[in-house]
Amino acid sequence: MAARELTGQPAAPGIALGPIVRIDPGPAGPARAAGTPAQEAAALEAAAAAALRGLADLQAAAQDDEAAAILEFQIEMLRDPALLEPAMQAIGAGMPADAALHAALGGQIEDFAAAEDAYFRARADDLRDLRDRVLRHLTGAAGARAAMPPGGILAGADLTPSRFLETDWRAGGGIALAGGSPASHVAMLARARGVPMAVGLGTLALEDHAEALVDGDAGRVVLDPGAAERAAFAARAATRQDARAAPDAAARGPAVTADGIAVRVLLNIAHPAELDGLDPAICDGIGLVRTELLFGGASGPPDEEAQYRAYRAIADWAAGRPVTIRTLDAGGDKPVAGLTEPGESNPFLGVRGIRLSLARPEIFAVQLRALARAAAHGEIKVMLPMVTAPAEFRAAREMLATEVAALRAADVACRMPALGIMVEVPAAALAVESFAADFFSIGSNDLTQYVTASARDIAGVAALADPANPAVLRLIAEVAAHGAATGREVSVCGDMAGDPAYAASLLAAGIRSFSMAPNAVGAVKLALAALEASA
Amino acid sequence: MSATQKTPAPHAAGTALLTHAVGLHARPSVKLTKLAKQFAARIDLGLSDAGPWIDAKSIVKVMAAKAPQGSTLHFRAEGADAAEAVTALVGLVERDFDEGAGDGGA
Repeated sequence: MAARELTGQPAAPGIALGPIVRIDPGPAGPARAAGTPAQEAAALEAAAAAALRGLADLQAAAQDDEAAAILEFQIEMLRDPALLEPAMQAIGAGMPADAALHAALGGQIEDFAAAEDAYFRARADDLRDLRDRVLRHLTGAAGARAAMPPGGILAGADLTPSRFLETDWRAGGGIALAGGSPASHVAMLARARGVPMAVGLGTLALEDHAEALVDGDAGRVVLDPGAAERAAFAARAATRQDARAAPDAAARGPAVTADGIAVRVLLNIAHPAELDGLDPAICDGIGLVRTELLFGGASGPPDEEAQYRAYRAIADWAAGRPVTIRTLDAGGDKPVAGLTEPGESNPFLGVRGIRLSLARPEIFAVQLRALARAAAHGEIKVMLPMVTAPAEFRAAREMLATEVAALRAADVACRMPALGIMVEVPAAALAVESFAADFFSIGSNDLTQYVTASARDIAGVAALADPANPAVLRLIAEVAAHGAATGREVSVCGDMAGDPAYAASLLAAGIRSFSMAPNAVGAVKLALAALEASA
Repeated sequence: MSATQKTPAPHAAGTALLTHAVGLHARPSVKLTKLAKQFAARIDLGLSDAGPWIDAKSIVKVMAAKAPQGSTLHFRAEGADAAEAVTALVGLVERDFDEGAGDGGA
């Protein structure tokens, strides 16, 4: 098959060439030939049994509680004879097994989809997932979701964070998506893990292609690349390997400027699994733990125990270094099914971050309790996102104090953690002195978009969404000066902190704490070593 | 139920207030139906004492009931271990499905 080139947006840098692994094999090809009702009933039973075995294997291999709980729910649903009973009746009336499965589960899916409660509405997805899993076995398309071959390119319409985390990336690989967004959770995970990724490629017709080259720097994908493309790929891959060697060595060294000023280098992570195989010695702690992924699962918000275990695992890894955990920042570009309000006309200016947490105190309280309990076992700090007014900070601090008091009254080990705020709303940056926060962390992505009124994922205004805009840098400098004057830490945890190109601007603005994706540490330390902080 | 059984099977009933933040959702439903299946008795679940009654061992039916936070769950059971079954299920709901704080450690 001839080579075909697709252009979209870059989502995670790097280049990869490998065999195509289709994310969604789709509603499997040719229609089956239907047999007698007895044969059809036997076929559906066999397909359900095979699907059940597949789910059980997945559950046995699940790496986190969230994934295991989702799978357990699906297993229990499929084990319940009531699930397929209507389909069996339709088969008895002469319908082919696949049509019967569609018709019978269709009603249950619609029933969930029409529920008032968003959590029950979201269960429609679980049922669709189950239906498609059984259908794949029924139509012989199963096995399409085979194990990832080394260096495989996951390609399809979109990719879920759980699928990303399930995939073994140790032998390399890449991601090519017809849809998706550079701002998605999965893009964040890919950048942190160093998996090249291109999104927004439009229609991905993969049927006749075997191999794909992903250029995550340019947001370009070549299906079945020709000899010239391959040669260019090999040359670039070799150059990158050389280029990686210096930062990899630098990552293990100290972060010091040319004039001897020590800089704190912290990590941004979204899931404890990202820390596997990472040496804590490369950093001074964790500057941002995003908790949205924990909440994004199909089985509703994680319970206190699941959250406590996740937070504690990160604190244990950090071995005494500070770990700053951000409370749920759902909304905006990070919708969470069942939590965020669908259909806001402008979600970036809507009920997101701390606004949502204060509106859902029953969910926020569980997170605060889990954080206070984990804080008994490590240097955990708690950070509130999207704070706009001091009253929001006070309300959250009061809730935290209440939960700590309740835990103490119940004799549960806990500690009142330091409580700080993200500075990402211009109102908070301009009046930073009105917040009695213990520390500040500048979310430069949102701060830039709110100051410049430009979204970085809208191509027509992306150039205006410049974190080096003097207005943004002035706000950062003012927050840093306030922190220095009052003895409170000010860090930057947006993408600009992990980009060596902005290291000089941030140093000049007075920033001495940089929080970034783990794979950016080496390059930033190298950049800092070449700069003078007092220049 | 065994055909040789002569004496009438014991009955039991009980209620519990559903306090779980998101109602009788996926994870609580898994716990509830798994617990119900540990008993031999036939166990029904209703959202009112007049029914309609659904099989408490069927997660498909329990989920379809979509019980929201604040509902009162009614259990009724029939069989040799009916009383134990109702006590256990009411206890699970009253303990908020063992999802709260309380054990203080990992």
